Amino acid sequence: MDSQVIATHPEEHAEHEHSPYLRHHFANLEQQRETSTFGMWLFLLTEIMFFGGLFCAYLIYRNWYYPAFVAGSHQLSIALGATNTAVLICSSFTMAMAVYSSEMRWRKALVGWLLATIVLGGVFLGIKAVEYREKWEKRHVPGLNFSAAGFTHQDPNYPEDKPLAPDMAEKTQVYFSLYFAMTGMHALHMIIGVSILIILVIRAWGGAYTQGHMTTVENFGLYWHFVDIVWIFLFPLLYLISRHQ
Amino acid sequence: MSEETHAQEILDTEPTHHEEHIVGPRVYGIIFGLLMLFTAITVGASYIDMYAFNAVVALAIACIKAVLVILFFMHVKYSSRLTKLTVAAGFFTFVVLITMTMTDYISRAWGLW
Amino acid sequence: MSTIVMLPDQQTASLPKRSYLNEEYGLKSWLLTGDHKRIAILYLISITIFFFIGGFFAGMIRLELLTPPSDLMAADTYNKMFTMHGIIMVFLFLVPSVPATIGNFLIPIMVGAKDLAFPKINLLSWYLYVLGGILVLAALTLGGVDTGWTFTTPLSTHYLNTHVITAGLAIFVAGFSSIFTGLNFIVTIHRMRAPGMTWFRLPLFVWSHYAASVLMVLGTPVLAITLVLVILERVIGIGVFDPAKGGDPLLFQHLFWFYSHPAVYIMILPGFGVISEVISTFSRKRVFGYTAVAFSSVAIAVFGFFVWAHHMFIMGVSNYSALVFSLLTMLVAVPSAIKIFNWSFTLYKGSITFETPMLYAFGFIGLFTIGGLTGVFLGSMGMDIHLTETYFIVAHFHFVMVGGMLMAFLAGIHFWWPKMTGRMYPEGISKLAALTTFIGFNLTFFPQFILGYLGMPRRYAAYPPEFQVLNVLSTAGATVLGVGYVLPLLYLAWSLKYGKIAGSNPWQATGLEWQIQSPPLTTNFVETPVVDYEAYDYEWLANKTKHEVQTVG
Repeated sequence: MDSQVIATHPEEHAEHEHSPYLRHHFANLEQQRETSTFGMWLFLLTEIMFFGGLFCAYLIYRNWYYPAFVAGSHQLSIALGATNTAVLICSSFTMAMAVYSSEMRWRKALVGWLLATIVLGGVFLGIKAVEYREKWEKRHVPGLNFSAAGFTHQDPNYPEDKPLAPDMAEKTQVYFSLYFAMTGMHALHMIIGVSILIILVIRAWGGAYTQGHMTTVENFGLYWHFVDIVWIFLFPLLYLISRHQ
Repeated sequence: MSEETHAQEILDTEPTHHEEHIVGPRVYGIIFGLLMLFTAITVGASYIDMYAFNAVVALAIACIKAVLVILFFMHVKYSSRLTKLTVAAGFFTFVVLITMTMTDYISRAWGLW
Repeated sequence: MSTIVMLPDQQTASLPKRSYLNEEYGLKSWLLTGDHKRIAILYLISITIFFFIGGFFAGMIRLELLTPPSDLMAADTYNKMFTMHGIIMVFLFLVPSVPATIGNFLIPIMVGAKDLAFPKINLLSWYLYVLGGILVLAALTLGGVDTGWTFTTPLSTHYLNTHVITAGLAIFVAGFSSIFTGLNFIVTIHRMRAPGMTWFRLPLFVWSHYAASVLMVLGTPVLAITLVLVILERVIGIGVFDPAKGGDPLLFQHLFWFYSHPAVYIMILPGFGVISEVISTFSRKRVFGYTAVAFSSVAIAVFGFFVWAHHMFIMGVSNYSALVFSLLTMLVAVPSAIKIFNWSFTLYKGSITFETPMLYAFGFIGLFTIGGLTGVFLGSMGMDIHLTETYFIVAHFHFVMVGGMLMAFLAGIHFWWPKMTGRMYPEGISKLAALTTFIGFNLTFFPQFILGYLGMPRRYAAYPPEFQVLNVLSTAGATVLGVGYVLPLLYLAWSLKYGKIAGSNPWQATGLEWQIQSPPLTTNFVETPVVDYEAYDYEWLANKTKHEVQTVG
């Protein structure tokens, strides 16, 4: 009885009452959609700070051990890194098109674009695996099989580079620690993303996101683009900016 | 009192009605092209020796690319002020983390006073 | 001016036939629930369990410190005791204490919504909490951790053979539980407010939870990545914090305290919210300077990110940087002081009554003020070098966390107990418990200020004999404090069956939560409320009541 003392509010959105997607505690679908998108953005906010700690560490150590970071980054392949950047940008484009297809309610187009995104994500992870294997063979994995021997004498690919002093050569471990921590965390996000994409494709084939309820696809798109942005920064930091020093 | 109502106005203008804005393939295509172009530029720039400016140029291009993705692929350009504020809050805190930590690392070498 | 509202006699009230408690029955209906009120109860039960486990360790610490030599347990065991005490109390009790229980129960009701924005994520958050708790218990039963709750590197990564990885994982998981709670609150407060519930009509409880949630969402991920790096360093030996490989242990401290200093505000801000509600209700006055109190919560949240290095003054950070952090630390004192002054002005010329929640609130104001001011001592560099790593700092944060936060938690539990369960707690014995807690607390922790000032270091099982008198006082106080905490557990459990029926608004309070039945329906409101009055508007309540009496009678 007490709750009726407060002025009552006529249900304005009665027509939405029976939408199968509307959960009971929202007034209407629009509120539900905005709420979940805002929630997704807040989640991405936590992701910014999650990677933020790593970027902060990278900045500090690069200033401390500049020669070691330069020498370390010369061991990465720009060609593979650039290819991966292009692959990831393509996958962001296909994901954006998937969201558009969902908005347009084109079921087959949606499935197609999502599949393309999965393939591109897989290609990225494949290239990353090739790079990791190369690091393993060169004995550049800190803690597991690291050897600084390669950095104490002249690298034939970089004739201008002077060999590092033994103590600075040891510091390349910090570079590779951060390399593996950053790209590893990024790859983990990609693996999670591809796994979710597989579920999305199966459900999209059944027509789940092409009947007016597309929030899931849209929010997943935000996640995928965020992972892309992380790579957009990792690529120059790890591969490019030390080319000439 | 007037300040209070003013602040109230600001906080209460969060749009409760969100205009659906569908971004089309044309915009996506243009942005995709720009992103690929910038990737090519940044890779090319890394082969030119610009001393300290290599890092500046590479990071500036990365920022431009990130902004393009955020504004268009992630629809922030067409989103509510709340979303924009959320994105800004994230980057603000990130900057706080970096700058306040750097106050220590930059001045550690200055020694005692 | 205060307005005394006379409500119709609550003595004749009866329990409502339908409520969230009897909507469904059975264990499954609780473990798979999406209802924020049931999840709050789940949280309440689990944090109470962990509180008493953590309390047991505190008891063992105090018992060991009764005599100067380390005679009750070996020094290693003592290290494990205070580590487990710290980890459990900080991550499994204080961080989720008010937000996940009282906040979870009340925030949707206070903003006029049927539930939190993401009920499933809310449930997931509880499961993550339980998983984190199980991992902590696993670390405990496998042999414990002895790094201290701060996981200081390289001690934690290289020199200890205890279960650091398990404990680190536990905190990683529990951290995500806290992120999801915070995320849910922010979205709910932004997007789920009832018509007419503007930002400046929100109760201050909601404002302070909003500020705390922002800290949870922005701070916790940094702790998560730091723990990931510590675990990676321990498992495969990467070199981010390892000085032998070129890493900087101080970077760990920076990243750790970037979360753990704001975490202090994550713990205390929700307590501020409880105190605002309690003080206003039992003074029958609107909180003095509502806008100032609301914005001071936000200010604390923002400043909270700029001060973390004051935990590191003696660790080798640069002097210049320490100076900046010290100055910024002084700034945080300002919004906290604004709150204390505004609560005092709320009391001025109020019609004050001394129910149990109010007693706890008074305890809070006094003890938090002492805790906060000693924090200013510790934030000034010269004093810090003398006092840090002594019992002074132990006393300081126990005054804030136990004297402040735990008092606020108990105030909140007593204040909203009638709403949660529909029954009153017994007033007489609960006043006794509040008094016991206050006396026991001061007896336990005040001597520690003196001990620390005299130079007794923290984290040692043994101490020189001249410190014994004060240590005995402290241990005696801990016993009294323990009684003060067991009492509420007993009489609140008793009141579930035998307590007086509360009625919907036993305190004549104005919040939306008091205008619905207690315990509430699963959907909280019969119809979506329209809010047309300011928070703490006792005139409105008086008019409403008069109207009600006229129409009913």
